[in-house]
Amino acid sequence: MAMILNEEQQAILNGSKGETMAKVMKTLVMYGETFGAERLVPVTSKYNHLVTSFGLKVMSPVYDLMAQILDAGVSSSQKFSVDPRPLDKNVPANFLQNLVFNKFMYTKQDFYEDQLEKLGLMNEDAFSCTCYMDEVGNKPQKGEVLSWAESSAVVYANSVLGARCNRNSGIIDLMGSIVGYVPEFGLLTDEGRKATWIVKIETTKKPEAQLLGSAIGMKVMEDVPYVVGLDKWIGNELDDSACTYLKDFGAATASNGAVGLYHIANLTPEAVELGESLIAEGAKEYVVTDAELERVKNEYPVIWKNKDATPKLCFMGCPHMSLQQLKDWTDKVEAGLKEAGNKKVLIPTVFTAAPGVLKEFEKTPYAARLKATGVITSYICPLMYMNNPLCKKMPVITSSNKLRTYTTARYYTDDEILAQITKGGKN
Amino acid sequence: MKTFQGRVVAPGQVTAKALVSHGGLNTLASFQNALQFGDKQAKCGDQNNPDLYGKPMVGTALCLPQTIGSTTGGLVLYCAAAMGRQPACMLFSKPIDSLAAAGAILADVWVDSVTMPVVDSLGEEFLNYVKDGMTITVKENGIVEVD
Repeated sequence: MAMILNEEQQAILNGSKGETMAKVMKTLVMYGETFGAERLVPVTSKYNHLVTSFGLKVMSPVYDLMAQILDAGVSSSQKFSVDPRPLDKNVPANFLQNLVFNKFMYTKQDFYEDQLEKLGLMNEDAFSCTCYMDEVGNKPQKGEVLSWAESSAVVYANSVLGARCNRNSGIIDLMGSIVGYVPEFGLLTDEGRKATWIVKIETTKKPEAQLLGSAIGMKVMEDVPYVVGLDKWIGNELDDSACTYLKDFGAATASNGAVGLYHIANLTPEAVELGESLIAEGAKEYVVTDAELERVKNEYPVIWKNKDATPKLCFMGCPHMSLQQLKDWTDKVEAGLKEAGNKKVLIPTVFTAAPGVLKEFEKTPYAARLKATGVITSYICPLMYMNNPLCKKMPVITSSNKLRTYTTARYYTDDEILAQITKGGKN
Repeated sequence: MKTFQGRVVAPGQVTAKALVSHGGLNTLASFQNALQFGDKQAKCGDQNNPDLYGKPMVGTALCLPQTIGSTTGGLVLYCAAAMGRQPACMLFSKPIDSLAAAGAILADVWVDSVTMPVVDSLGEEFLNYVKDGMTITVKENGIVEVD
């Protein structure tokens, strides 16, 4: 079905703003028509968010396309945040790993960051997958239409903030922002935001956020789940603790499946407002029990060469940790070490968070306490670190189900991670 | 030979051997190694996909329900196409997802020298019928012949 464009949109498509802008518009129109969109609607958020933050040498087609856009004098009317930087000297890496990072992998990083600045990067600290945190400052309002990418940010914006955004791909995110319009389909529509799955939480304890998200993501794939019974464990208010839980839960639904929106009964804004009227007719059902979560966890493949290897590195913070998470983990690591009679973590451990969050954390007494435990803080994307083939061979542990999905890192629950880093695995 | 009718997302005509994924294709996890380290066969790197893990994807008729995972998916597909490491065609049993569609459209609009036909909505029966190594012919009108 052909989309109906207004006069301005049709003129751009016909080349009124040049050939490059016409191709950008053509891309968006084809994208919309594929999904039966009838029109383009204005992007209404203050800021955009892009997924591509890494100057990986082999991604040269992306930088060439960006260069075409810049050369044509086209820029985004919105400033934007972007996913985390890939490199940080604070994160442990040996000589050879650093050689691969700096000479073979991220050789275009400075070049690409220059492109981002010219296109409208919010500021030099605007590198995080958790752009919606107060310390980063890109937090859309309920009902606003976005042209974002980054699966964990999109699912958070849709579900927790009530904004409207499809699971856009990298590059499409930028194109929607440049034109100022996105095609209206899927999660931008009331119909597309209805749940086609009812997920019943029947566990005997609070489910691990990243494990529950993984189980639901693998089950419902791209569909919208309406989750019942989770408020029993995480409450009825979107306070800091609930938002942190949903950040990690959502990232796992989006990476282990393709969830772009979930509703949590009695908690997330649309579920509170509209209740079960959000559930589509004929919705399927999935019951999550302790045994089901155990089954899902046990089925994760372990692709370490030596499955019994001693972990060489631990990553926490994919997606980036919140300020409260950093504080809570400081307490937990200290207590774990004290209980085990240890002074420092037994495995090199990196906690990652947005630059703005880390700056705020540094202002608190927790920063010195965490440093004393030996834990390192960083702003990087652990996934981009793990892309190094020499890092890939290392036995790395994490409680991030997103990191597990995309890399060789091995998944453990938060409690298991704590035991590993403070007691060498003994509970 | 069996014939299936789908919807054309990116036009083109091609014949290639089938490579079948019964689970969602995680584009980033599947292609990132291949793109990053010069694997011209683009062997699938997705550990969670037992159907494809370790198998070359370049030049195959990639048969799948949908793609899943990171929103870099579309640009990863676009890069694969721009670098000549794309499948010969992509055949979806379900309606295409937004990330795969973005990749197919970006390749179609922005890459001059590459044709990667993409057909979706071929139905569950298509994915149940097709097996690795079968010969697949994609027609311009979205007809897919499996031999």
